Amino acid sequence: MPELIVTKDIDALGLDTLEGYRQHGGYEALEKALREYQPDELVELVKKSGLRGRGGAGFPTGLKWSFLAKNEKTRYLCCNCDESEPGTFKDRMLMEKNPHQLVEGVILTSYACRVSVAFIYVRGELAHAARQVQRAIEEAYAAGYIGKNILGSGFDLDVIMHRGAGAYICGEESALMESLEGRRGYPRLKPPFPAAIGLYGGPTVINNCETLFTIPAIVRNGADWYASFGTEKSKGTRVFCLSGHVKRPGNYELPLGTPLRTLIYDEQYGGGILGDKQIKAIIPGGSSTPMLGPDKLDTPLDFEAIAAAGSMLGSGGVVVISEDTCIVDAVLRMSDFYRDESCGKCTPCREGTFWMTEILHRLEHGEGREKDIDLLLDICDNISGKSFCPLGDAATSPVASSIKLFREEYEYHVREKRCMVERETTHKVPLHAGEV
Amino acid sequence: MISEQAKQRMRDLASRYPVARSAVMPALYIAQQEEGYLTQEGLQAVAEAIGLTVNDVESVATFYTMYYQQPQGKKQIKVCNSISCYLRGCDRLVEHLEERLGIKPGETTPDGNYTLRTVECLASCGTAPVLQVNDEFVENVTPEMLDALLDEWDRELKASSVGVQFVAPDEAEASTRNR
Repeated sequence: MPELIVTKDIDALGLDTLEGYRQHGGYEALEKALREYQPDELVELVKKSGLRGRGGAGFPTGLKWSFLAKNEKTRYLCCNCDESEPGTFKDRMLMEKNPHQLVEGVILTSYACRVSVAFIYVRGELAHAARQVQRAIEEAYAAGYIGKNILGSGFDLDVIMHRGAGAYICGEESALMESLEGRRGYPRLKPPFPAAIGLYGGPTVINNCETLFTIPAIVRNGADWYASFGTEKSKGTRVFCLSGHVKRPGNYELPLGTPLRTLIYDEQYGGGILGDKQIKAIIPGGSSTPMLGPDKLDTPLDFEAIAAAGSMLGSGGVVVISEDTCIVDAVLRMSDFYRDESCGKCTPCREGTFWMTEILHRLEHGEGREKDIDLLLDICDNISGKSFCPLGDAATSPVASSIKLFREEYEYHVREKRCMVERETTHKVPLHAGEV
Repeated sequence: MISEQAKQRMRDLASRYPVARSAVMPALYIAQQEEGYLTQEGLQAVAEAIGLTVNDVESVATFYTMYYQQPQGKKQIKVCNSISCYLRGCDRLVEHLEERLGIKPGETTPDGNYTLRTVECLASCGTAPVLQVNDEFVENVTPEMLDALLDEWDRELKASSVGVQFVAPDEAEASTRNR
């Protein structure tokens, strides 16, 4: 088992309390940072570690911090815990089981970036996670880790947990800020980027939950230690969320660069495919990333290799689809999601996601026309790069990639008016590994 | 009725944030908690506590799916139907619930006991298929489990409707969580 960084001790009893977290070295990184580091030195440390954002885009974290506008305005931190990308379930686990590590990461990041008010934006549906984070914040206030003059350092910080209320779009950083400001979660035009003009008009740093979760470990053990994991350009480990037709779905922390095959087939991780079926497709980074065929099983899970294979590492949500799945029906399900979650602000995304879903629906139900397949690709082309925010681009990923890989199956639907895979078979997929 | 205590909590929230308006979402949750859904009175209370117009508050409330515009069942069952749960057979669960409750997703049973909903990915794909009951997770759900749960809730709701507390709410929540 490789060394764990983010999920270390995650199942330890009482880890979710201040006392339990302290017993596992909790808040030592904060004490060390306030004693030994100037804020700018912390930024350099994180730059040197090679840590890249775990939310989806993979932008270098330290570099992001260094972009904050240097002016007199109040600076803010938003920690993005609005985990909603289909196939992703790591942040929920991290918040529920070890909320103090998130809080420590938030405090360290705030210190490094000279932030005075930090927000932890927790997805509305994750009520238990929100309670855990709220309690951790209160305990940290009481222990003097948050508040005025933290541990006698002169550093002041306020931390507020804010619950979302059911809107995928609020995971997009500018929509998240709108939501935090008490508005409908519509994305903002960029530039200006949040680092220049963000929350309440102040310079704002926005990082994903897992990203900030990693910071205490880097401060405690050093940049070189962290950079010794992973590949040359994709440093460290990642929590991969494995779901779909595998025998052992779950969260597995692995060094970046681990082959997809290891995650899916190794007995310690996925343990292979339910019913020992063949893989039809793999979604490597949440439903917004293009699907890959089984020929890509030996691709290392790092930003560069997955990009070279034609997809994106995204949020780390690896969804495995077996041979018994109708790809048109599966894509319809994903398209439904984007139609429902499109905020409606821009035309290409609002109309495009609606029409893609309509067309996929008629294809799946035997009413497809021959030109529908190219029509879908044409709609993808009219959304991609032309929508206001990345949600539109994301919506095209499953559609375009599945047509590229499985055009024959789409054509079969048009020609034969039914699925190539018997729907009955799909339903017979065992629910749990125990049924295999 | 929005209690004075609830209104005070809303006002406290408004002063907790750097800008009062940011308290609109948590204040809407408080209003909803008071009455089960957002009534005109609830919107009014939020507007007054935060210093916005009622229309402005309503425009925020209608954007987010977790603020309800109609009364909800005592047990709100939300079944995830996104890709990972789909691959693990969530459609069977929805069909099963439709049959047993006699309602379609989005509807509430005539006795006001259950609201059924299909929702987007609940961030629990490793234990798919999943559902939430009043915001608490039930994971690795099978149709058999659903039957057992529904029996339990039926008993619970029946007991509470005749004024006898069958299971303390906290215990009921915990038993759902640990399942």
